[in-house]
Amino acid sequence: MQSEVMFAGFGGQGILKSGAILAHVAMEEGYEVVWIPSYGPEMRGGTAYCTVVISDRPIGSPIIKNPRHLVAMNRPSLEKFAPTVRPGGVIVVNSSLVPIRSGRTDVDEILVPATDLANRIGSVKSANIVALASFVARSRIVDFERMKKCIREEFEGKGDFAALNMAAVEEGLKAAQK
Amino acid sequence: MAKILMKGNEAIGEAAIRAGCLNYFAYPITPQSEVAEYLSKRMPEAGGVFLQGESEVAVGYMIFGAAGCGQRVFTTSSSPGVSLMSEAISYIAGAQCPAVFVNIIRGGPGLGGILPSQGDYFQSVKGGGHGDYRLLVMAPASVQEAVEMMMMAFPLAEKYRNPVMILGDGLIGQMMEPVEFPDHLKSEPTNKDAWASNGMDTRGSDKQNLVKSLYLDPQQLNDHNLLLKSKYEQMKKEEIRFEPYNTDGDYRVLIVSFGTMSRVCRTAIDNLKEEGIEVGMIRPRTLFPFPESAIYDAAVKDSCTSVLSIEMNMGQMVEDVERCIRGQRPVRWYGKCGGEVPTPEEIMDLVKEYV
Repeated sequence: MQSEVMFAGFGGQGILKSGAILAHVAMEEGYEVVWIPSYGPEMRGGTAYCTVVISDRPIGSPIIKNPRHLVAMNRPSLEKFAPTVRPGGVIVVNSSLVPIRSGRTDVDEILVPATDLANRIGSVKSANIVALASFVARSRIVDFERMKKCIREEFEGKGDFAALNMAAVEEGLKAAQK
Repeated sequence: MAKILMKGNEAIGEAAIRAGCLNYFAYPITPQSEVAEYLSKRMPEAGGVFLQGESEVAVGYMIFGAAGCGQRVFTTSSSPGVSLMSEAISYIAGAQCPAVFVNIIRGGPGLGGILPSQGDYFQSVKGGGHGDYRLLVMAPASVQEAVEMMMMAFPLAEKYRNPVMILGDGLIGQMMEPVEFPDHLKSEPTNKDAWASNGMDTRGSDKQNLVKSLYLDPQQLNDHNLLLKSKYEQMKKEEIRFEPYNTDGDYRVLIVSFGTMSRVCRTAIDNLKEEGIEVGMIRPRTLFPFPESAIYDAAVKDSCTSVLSIEMNMGQMVEDVERCIRGQRPVRWYGKCGGEVPTPEEIMDLVKEYV
């Protein structure tokens, strides 16, 4: 069984980081994982995306045209990648910045106002963690508690970020349960 | 040791340190700049030297200098940078000094693009620089394999007193995978007294070492080339590495593919198997020496009717595949360039044309 998750948004939204955290959690669960960034000739503020492949077998092709799931943090990402998601997957839409929906009826689409929730708990910087937590809570692709532990370890010693991101995890969980 | 999640470029840098190499000179170029970024911090921590040269030409000769002094040394670059280093690589091979070069290939020719490619097969395997020399070329297909090949590269370079090339592509450098740094691949240089010009008082003999590649006497130069050739022949006997995939049963088509491309082929082969179509693959792990007899033996199997060389270039390795199959089976090339990577679906369609 292989799942692929695409994280996409603006450069600076922590897209690559949330993908890397998911890959780390999956590795700790014993899965084979690959994390592939987009590294085209991008500019600051341009699009950023990465794909995380999680599998119980050695991973063959690291290049994924049709991911199972999508976390879209801005409108261009949703427009570009929502049509590529395989039926039955989860699409998380950052509804704070994306006024549209995917238009897909064969996926589990959830609207999470990740940017607003992050602002409310203290900093827009944690919007990626809100969205990641919502995605994991909904897809159950990895164990939620293990993800929490990995996020705690990731931001340990980084001052207020640690507490901020733990609050972001709770916000993401609540948003997914709505 | 527990697995850690690392980017290919960073893992390559760490593997060199774990292998016992504490000299790294480089010039940044996408898609391998993270090696320099990582080692600019990590080398000083490990007690080593990181030096950013003023150009790849300079870096090539810094490598030559350090290697000539008997130091373990390596550099990383990407295609245009390796072209600039090629003169020095030829000198290093001519002077029989060990060094490790990593090429994280990007699309060419010229400045080309920054996305993954396998367009430097010819450059690495057939020359790049001038004169009769060969590089021992290893092509990893995963971050873990890149680590292991890096750690093997230094003792191999010293065994043959010849440069070793690790040939990856942009994806190997950019992707993150879980890695372990195997302790058993740690090594110490053992034979540097044979060439190192680092002062007579560093060795317990009165043998004088001279690092040079100039032989004006034709007979001497011929003899020197014969000596180099004997090393390349020894590599062909002792260093061929490859991985067969799904070759135990009967298959109609044999794929030859290396590096990232071989992973895509593996997915295609698995999917075709579910549809009842058997395809075998030989993945060269060393590109020089090339697994000639393994490819020949796999191709001439009764069930096999055609051979496909699948590459992220316009058909380079296919010339070697044709050479080793010696006309016994039809050989075809398929590939793409410039960051376009053939998909498993494309390869499946291609195979179906031949069965």
